[in-house]
Amino acid sequence: MRSSISALFAGGLFGAGLVVSQMADPLKVLAFLDVAGKWDPSLMFVMGGGLFTAFVGYKLILRRSAPLFADGFSVPTNQVIDARLILGASLFGIGWGLAGYCPGPAIAATVTLGSEPLLFVLAMTGGFVAHDLVSKTWTS
Amino acid sequence: MIVFTPYSALLGGVLIGLSACVLMWSIGRIAGISGIAAGALSTSGSERSWRLSFLAGLILGAGICIHALGIEWTPRIDFPTWLVIIAGVLVGFGTRLGSGCTSGHGICGISRLSKRSIVATVVFMGTGMATVFLVRHVAGLGT
Repeated sequence: MRSSISALFAGGLFGAGLVVSQMADPLKVLAFLDVAGKWDPSLMFVMGGGLFTAFVGYKLILRRSAPLFADGFSVPTNQVIDARLILGASLFGIGWGLAGYCPGPAIAATVTLGSEPLLFVLAMTGGFVAHDLVSKTWTS
Repeated sequence: MIVFTPYSALLGGVLIGLSACVLMWSIGRIAGISGIAAGALSTSGSERSWRLSFLAGLILGAGICIHALGIEWTPRIDFPTWLVIIAGVLVGFGTRLGSGCTSGHGICGISRLSKRSIVATVVFMGTGMATVFLVRHVAGLGT
């Protein structure tokens, strides 16, 4: 219960952040990625604000022995930079540059019931499923 | 109208950073949306419930903010449906293959000084910018 409420609250902050920063607006995001056009550096400031806050916050929080409502911290330990990482990030970047949506903003934008974010989230879900199917085939 | 908005960008970014802090402090999880969304589908039980709660909160938080700030969404109308679908599939597949997105790698990973996340972020920023350059300035599609 406390986990769900905490996650709900964290999600709420995230959604609010996406709207306030206008990251849920694909045109705003594309204006940042459009380095050769009318460039809008706003996304850099979003990243900056987020990075600074998380950097300080994580430093303090990860000093604790455990989170409030769980047995331990689930922090990734993998340090390997491999082809999967590079290829995955590349494919993601292409998709992001095409529509101007990444997962968070697209999900947030569905609240407008617009056909574009709804379709994007559906397709993105398809991508999730496709990956899981393909990776099962590769490792079986 | 696309206008440089440093203050709201910073504030929004801080809210996102705070979200990551709350999630880590409370249940020790990374606020990476691709992992949370994909995991909500593939997991069950308590692994699924916190993820669904987070996503519900995300949508609620966005909705409340849009309403409170009186934001009028002007959706673009000229963007081809097939391109939205291709983009969505690429983002879904790519974020799983690369283990993260702008929140997971870009914010949560870099703030932990993860080399993997720094590399991933540079790569998707680069390919994102290259894609926009090709679409807008070579192919001359869309604004």
